[in-house]
This record gives sequence, structure tokens and C-alpha cells, in this order.
Amino acid sequence: MEFFIEKAILLNGFACILFVILIFFFLAKDGLALFKFVTIQDFLFGTLWNPLAEPPQFGILPLFLGSLIVTLGATIISVPLGMACAIFIGEIAPRWMRETLKAGVELLAAIPSIVIGFIGMTMLGPVVKNLFHLPTGLTALTGALALAFMAIPTIVSIMEDAISSVPRIYKEGSLALGATHWQTIYRVIIPAASSGIVAAVMLGIGRVIGETMAVMMLTGNASVIPKTILAPVRTMTATIAAEMGETVRGSEHYFALFALGLVLFVITFFINLVADAALHRKQK
Amino acid sequence: MQTKRLFKGMMMAFGIFCVGILPVHAKEKMIQIKGSDTIVNLSQAWAEEFMTEKPNVSIAVTGGGSGTGIAALINGTTDIANSSRKIKKKELDDAQKGGYYPEEFKVAVDALAVIVNPANSVKELTIDQLSGIFTGKITNWNEVGGKNEKILVLSRDRNSGTHMYFLEQVLRKGNEKGPEQFAPSVLMLPSSEAIINETSTSESAIGYDGLGYVSAKVKTLAVAKKNGDAFVLPSKETAMNKSYPIWRFLYMYTGFKPRGEIKAFIDFVLSGKGQKIVDAMDFVPLGEK
Repeated sequence: MEFFIEKAILLNGFACILFVILIFFFLAKDGLALFKFVTIQDFLFGTLWNPLAEPPQFGILPLFLGSLIVTLGATIISVPLGMACAIFIGEIAPRWMRETLKAGVELLAAIPSIVIGFIGMTMLGPVVKNLFHLPTGLTALTGALALAFMAIPTIVSIMEDAISSVPRIYKEGSLALGATHWQTIYRVIIPAASSGIVAAVMLGIGRVIGETMAVMMLTGNASVIPKTILAPVRTMTATIAAEMGETVRGSEHYFALFALGLVLFVITFFINLVADAALHRKQK
Repeated sequence: MQTKRLFKGMMMAFGIFCVGILPVHAKEKMIQIKGSDTIVNLSQAWAEEFMTEKPNVSIAVTGGGSGTGIAALINGTTDIANSSRKIKKKELDDAQKGGYYPEEFKVAVDALAVIVNPANSVKELTIDQLSGIFTGKITNWNEVGGKNEKILVLSRDRNSGTHMYFLEQVLRKGNEKGPEQFAPSVLMLPSSEAIINETSTSESAIGYDGLGYVSAKVKTLAVAKKNGDAFVLPSKETAMNKSYPIWRFLYMYTGFKPRGEIKAFIDFVLSGKGQKIVDAMDFVPLGEK
């Protein structure tokens, strides 16, 4: 009996890896087919995304920069907030409050992204529009704010784990040497938990860059190279989601969307790799 | 011991499942419909009415876009593909390679309304002016008789058959392979509702939407085909008598010449009763077109 269960678990483990590899090959097969029609330079550095033109233009630079600016914005907003929240939960909050707060933050992760997108469209958009006197509230900033919301639960829960797994003796030693609680937090605990903190940030970024529904509803999807965070942008994920439904299968446009997926896959793969490396450094 | 009992239980459950499912399969006829999101609700309405008339037929309607629907037809995973555009040459070739000979049916007419914020003083535009605005040649409302304000241009995204239609018939003025493109600065919104929402809150916005989606929160513009032509407001009547210039057919495609239940369904769609449903769903019936 035990033998079968062990084998079944082993098989499941291998199946997961196999799926990732299969997905990668599937993406690569259709994605790389694009380069029979377009050069890699034109694809990566072209500034015009016009898949329905004759001949079509597949420059992903505006889309890449769109994803970048939204992700950067969301990271800048969510990391300090998430970090403050994690430190409060892990170090400062009394025990009863800690459990409630943790559960609350994790509940935030359970909100479907389309709901966040909808709330963002009806509440956040008008606020951004009126605050900055813009012609429209659908901007990179609106998307970044909504995505920050979605990244915070990931960041807080991993960071809080890292902070509370710092050995007690570090803290006690620091306090015994006469450091205040605050000094202990930022001179001892944060450096000791730094690898976990880096991992939390990277996984938060991974969450943000792959998000589709909310950004599609909130960023306006204009494929211009963004000059400010208050301009509408079009992200890579939203482009795939928005265009896949109407493409002709096996057309250049279809391959271009797979190539875009491949770019996203490579980016998230590296982000995860960095997060993983950070976590492993901690264990040494 | 326990695993044996579990196994027995599973076999029994499977047996019951089989017995339960078999007679249903033997009796019911399934029709799969897939494709354009524009036509999803309309198809659902047709399907519901048809199923009450013929309870032994069940129809499953899914969206996903015209391209998805036609791809499913080519793969043999749907019986009928809904499309808001004509099938492309490449898709037709692919279908024939797979042994399918798609048949085309025009099932309804959809008029597109050009909409602005109610506070906008502009009432009418020509197709030329619309093309200029959406391609980015005209960027200020004062160039078309409005106040001095930058135009915020809204479009449906490229997943929408509406986008394609507007591109070919308005931006390119009917020349399907023309060089005109949506300006990069055009906002691409994911739904009809998002366009209405944005137009109603932004005074400088212009957008387009299926006539059925237009609400009192926005103002529809009268459109003239050429300079000097009369400006016509979109309505079911003006779309049916062709005086309003921006309208298109909606299509259904079958993999083969339809037979049996599929033929009955298509006949129902094209019948007076089916076309009455078109009208009730705020699309334009085929009429004499």
C-alpha cells in the first residue's frame, strides 16, 4: 500500500515538471514560428504594434515598456506597504491581532482579479482622472494601484514568514545589548530576514507581471510608448488576452501572440529563479 | 481490504453513471455553437426558443471570438461557428484541408453607433472625419466644429469583430486592405460596457458600439457617407433601409451543408420568428437586405 502511495506522489511530482516543460515547448514551437516572417530585432525593438496592418507590424517595445511601467509602479507602491505590514504583523502586533491581520491579508488574495478590475474601473479610475485632471482615468497608474493591491498579500505573507523565522536569540541578544525595539527591527531582524524579503518582493513582481484581467480593464490598452505613468499603456498580458480570440489560427498574428507569451514566460522564469536563489542563500 | 471496498464502490458509482448517462445520449441531439461574442446573447436567445419547440435537441452556446469559433469549426469541435466577419481565405483553405466545406449564412444585421459625451456640442460627422479622428490625423474637437479640446479616442480591442469592421469600413472607408490604422494613442477597451462607461464620464471622448448597447448616458452622432450627403442618425429603420452607412452582417458558418437538427435550427434563425428575436435583442433583422 505504502509503495503505491509513494510512487503516486513521485509520479505527481514528475507530472508537474513535465507539464511545465510541455507548456514551454508548446509556446516555443508556435512562438518561434513567427521569426520566419519577422526578424528578432524588429520583434523586440520595433515601436509599432499593428497586427492588422498590411504588412503587419509586430514591435513589442511599447507593450514591454507598458508591462514594465505598470509592474514598476505596482512594486513601488506595494513593497513599502507590504513590508510595513509584515513587520507590524511579525514584530509589533499583539498575538490576538496578529492572527486576525494575517487572515485578513490572506483574504485579500482571494478576491478575483476581475472584481478588483471592476472596482478599479468604477471607483479608482474617476479618482485618478479628477486628481490629475486627465482626459481619462484609464492609465498605467490606475493599473499599478490595483495591481499593488493584488501583490500585497503575496508580499506580506512571505515576508512575515521570513521575519518570524529569524531566531529569537538574535532579537534577545540585540535587546540585551541595549538596542531599542526599533533599532533591533531595522539593524538585526531585517538584515537577518533579507533573503526572504527579496524572495517576497520577487514573487510579488511575478504576481503583478502575469496579471491580465485587471490591467486590461484599467490601463486603457493604447499601444504607445509610455512617457509618464499617467498615460494609458498596453501590457503584454492584456495584448494576448485581447487579441487571441479573433486571430486566424496559424497566421503571423497568431504566432506573434505566442512569441509574446514566450517573452512573458522567460521573464517570469527569471523572476522565479532569482526568488529561488534568494531563498536558498538563506538556508546556507 | 479497505482498498478492495473502495474499488468496488468506485465500480458501482461508475456503473450508475453509465446507466444514468446512456439513455439521455441516445435520445438527445446536441448542437454546439461557438464564436463571436457579439452574437453570443442573440444565439442564446435563439437556442432557448428553439429548444422549447424541440425539447429533444439541446444547444450549447459559447463565445470566445469569431476566430475561435471558426478555428473550432475547422477542428471539428463545433457544429456552427458564429462570426461577426466573413471567413478568411486562409481559414477556408484550412477547413478544406481538414475535409470541411463551410457554408455561410447571414443571420442578422448590426448597426454601429458613433457615440460622444452628452456635453459635446458636435452632432454629426462624415466618414472622412471619423477616419481622420481614429487614425490620429484629427486630434482636436475644434477641427470638426467642437470646442478647443483634445479628442480622447476609444475603440474596442482587436479581439472584437466590431474593431475589425470599424477599421475596414470606417478608417479604410471600405477598402479592406487600405493603409489606414488605428492611431497608437487610441484606447482599446475590452468591452462594449467599458466604452459606454468611459464615454459617459469623459467629456472629450468619442467611441463606437453596437446599436443595441447604446444607452441614454451617451449621445449618438449622425453620420454621412460622403461630404454633402445627408447626416443620418443610427436606428433600426435607418440601418434596414441602408440610409445609415455603418452596418454589417452577422454570420453563422456550418462545416457542411446543414442537415437534420442543424438545418432545422438555421431555418428557424432565418424564419420570421427567428428574426423577431433579432429585433427583440436590439439587433437589426435581415429585412429586405
